[in-house]
Amino acid sequence: MTATTNILVVGIGGQGVMTATEILAEAAIATGHDAKKTEVAGMAQRGGVVSSHLRFGPKVLSPQIAPGTADLLLGFESAETMRWQHMLKPGAMTLMNTARLVPPVVELGLFDYPDDPLAEIRRTGNPVVAFDATRIAQELGDIRLGNTVMLGAIADYLPFPAETLLDGVLKRFHKKGEKLVDLNRRAFAAGRAAVEGNREMPPA
Amino acid sequence: MAALMPAPAASRHLMSGNEAVARAVWEAGVKVAAAYPGTPSTEMMEVVSTYPDIYAEWSVNEKVSLEVAIGAAYAGSRAFCCMKHVGMNVASDALMTLTLTGVIGGLVIAIADDVGLSSSQNEQDSRYWGRFAHVPVFEPADSQEAYDMTKLAYELSERFQVPVILRMTTRINHVKALVTVGERVPHAGAGFKKEPGRFVMVPGNAGKRIPLMFQRDVELRAAAENSPLNIIEDGSDKRVGFITSGPAYMHVKEAFPDAPVLKLGFSHPLPFEKCRALAALVEQIVVVEEVEPLVETELKAQGLEVLGKEILPLQGELSPNVLRPAIARLLGEPEPKQAPFAPLAVFPRPPTMCVACPHLGVYYTLSQVRNINIAGDIGCYTLGAGHPWNALDTCVSMGASMGVALGMDKGRGESDKDKRIVAVIGDSTFLHMGMQGLLDMVYNKGNVTVLLLDNRAVGMTGGQDNPGNGRDIHGEEAPRIDFAKLVAALGVKEERVHVVDPYELPVLFKTIREEVKVPDVSVIITNQPCVLIKDYHKLKPYEVIDDKCTGCGNCIDVGCPAIHVTRRGKEVKASGREVDLAFVRIESSVCTGCGLCVQPCAPKAIVHHVPSAPVQFAKEGGCA
Repeated sequence: MTATTNILVVGIGGQGVMTATEILAEAAIATGHDAKKTEVAGMAQRGGVVSSHLRFGPKVLSPQIAPGTADLLLGFESAETMRWQHMLKPGAMTLMNTARLVPPVVELGLFDYPDDPLAEIRRTGNPVVAFDATRIAQELGDIRLGNTVMLGAIADYLPFPAETLLDGVLKRFHKKGEKLVDLNRRAFAAGRAAVEGNREMPPA
Repeated sequence: MAALMPAPAASRHLMSGNEAVARAVWEAGVKVAAAYPGTPSTEMMEVVSTYPDIYAEWSVNEKVSLEVAIGAAYAGSRAFCCMKHVGMNVASDALMTLTLTGVIGGLVIAIADDVGLSSSQNEQDSRYWGRFAHVPVFEPADSQEAYDMTKLAYELSERFQVPVILRMTTRINHVKALVTVGERVPHAGAGFKKEPGRFVMVPGNAGKRIPLMFQRDVELRAAAENSPLNIIEDGSDKRVGFITSGPAYMHVKEAFPDAPVLKLGFSHPLPFEKCRALAALVEQIVVVEEVEPLVETELKAQGLEVLGKEILPLQGELSPNVLRPAIARLLGEPEPKQAPFAPLAVFPRPPTMCVACPHLGVYYTLSQVRNINIAGDIGCYTLGAGHPWNALDTCVSMGASMGVALGMDKGRGESDKDKRIVAVIGDSTFLHMGMQGLLDMVYNKGNVTVLLLDNRAVGMTGGQDNPGNGRDIHGEEAPRIDFAKLVAALGVKEERVHVVDPYELPVLFKTIREEVKVPDVSVIITNQPCVLIKDYHKLKPYEVIDDKCTGCGNCIDVGCPAIHVTRRGKEVKASGREVDLAFVRIESSVCTGCGLCVQPCAPKAIVHHVPSAPVQFAKEGGCA
């Protein structure tokens, strides 16, 4: 990776994309980087498209990631992961949740949801690791753990230790009791394991 | 929001521009802060309200918020006011005279421009207000600068006894970056001192203040020339020098690290001499500003040869990848390659209303009423213009539904002479600027049915409190307005005022259909809370009995995002007409049991969900 690392986190409003990016930003700062985090969110709380940009390095100027310059893409939803592929550097890695969140415009029959987003992403030639973070979270007992599963998935692709990111995640739950801390620790580990089992290329 | 223990001085935090300004406001010893919510400005006042020793309020609109701040500043206290760009249109009446009186205590007005229209009805450049009102403008380029400039703005405000505009954009308000914070320095106001020649702006007094305002312009320009916020950063590549401000500065530095740059932090009045000094260093100058060519136009009027909007877009956000090709073309160089391929084609995903939103009931019903034109307003309910409802025909400005509806009534043409006119407005928008319009409608004998959607929150900006829900900015009890009494006081006949539960579709439908037939002003108030606020109580979720669903699709027309199609089919009716079928399921994990979809379901296939596996409803579920 170059001096500035560009990470794009995408999904839809309400999935916790912005929070996940903030935790990544805090971990980058904790390891001595300058960092800026920004969103193209709009009225995102209403189930719209969210793309959150994180840039970190010795000194970050513009907060936006330009198309074709993202080092990593973390996708919380299949079609959304597809939507932002052009943002990646050639050969840069995508980590994606295979869950499909179908919007009302598709239910109404106005548009089609892509049959196989993963296949279309693979067609770009960029490496991708896909896993069902939503199912992993459900198996752990709470769909809201999906966010932590996703952070676990990206943990071994960052230029700082996975443990720093894990600490940042768990810090958010300290006040909410040991049970939630433990659940999130397990969700993080499950995310790491899911990627480990599907790896197509070695981590950076 | 609850009061927090402020972070210690000299500590470093990841803060949005909004959080950084709020911190600086507190540190500057501000006593009074007022605002009306509006993206992307909202969090400034939300965060200010968490600090101790500062009075914070949600005002009913931006004009009132500025007037509250003006009063405090006249009394010698430091005051703060913030708003989104369109808010200043509302507040400008006060601003244009405030510039004549000036202030005693420092007054900073933070205006957040939604460049790129992520959540607004238009795109405006608030730097115009600095020119129009003869007040200085500061433009931060990131969170740290937003923090630093807020504090400096209070010093400038008191030194020149002038309000200062802190011009922000979404890329400042909502970007998180590192900020080193400082200490609060208490500021003691002397109290209001009567000075009618200055504070009573009748013509005789105001006329005498105008020359002082022009003299102040001269002094402010001199201050801008000497301000450390306006700096020339020399560079080795002299082919193009840049004059830039706000977040555009970061884009310039990113794209052209070797170019000389004049960074304008104190951007109005413009420091002409500094601009000339940059011109002496470089072969040509490009002005990079969001969004209007203000600096560019003023420099051209000064006889400086500069380029700007000839080569850069007049609309939307700038970024390094907008600047690089434009400058490459200017220099006759090959354009840098951008993305390796075009975006893959994916369906659009517009924002939707929430699961169980009470507005769903309103728009489903409106979509079933024929022969109506619907004047809309600004809030979540503007989404009613979209699918599947298509039940909102205009959206202009806060409160405009009232006047627009009356105008549609009075201005009928041949094609709509028999149409009924409906206006839709939310509770907070009504209190913001709709009341006057309704009064006008009553006074001028309009024929409009008004739907006043009282969901007890400013929903679109995150559920802030307002006079309609009986809570103040701290969530504490406050006087609660009674909308039925309010509209009656504005002259709507009592028999024309109805309070309806928007989840009771037959009642809502009947009420609307009856009222649109009455040639008078009617107000139908819907009374269920926003699903995102604590007043909302979840009920037991529903599910679809698969083999009972006939695929009629009626429930889909409600527009609830919890309803999903499982399979599609076709059916040939007895008449020979072929109809599309859509069989559905309800995502019971997100359904909160509002029951809207149950009502139009012909085969009664929607029933309460019986959980099979471990129950995971939130504790506050309040299962019926």
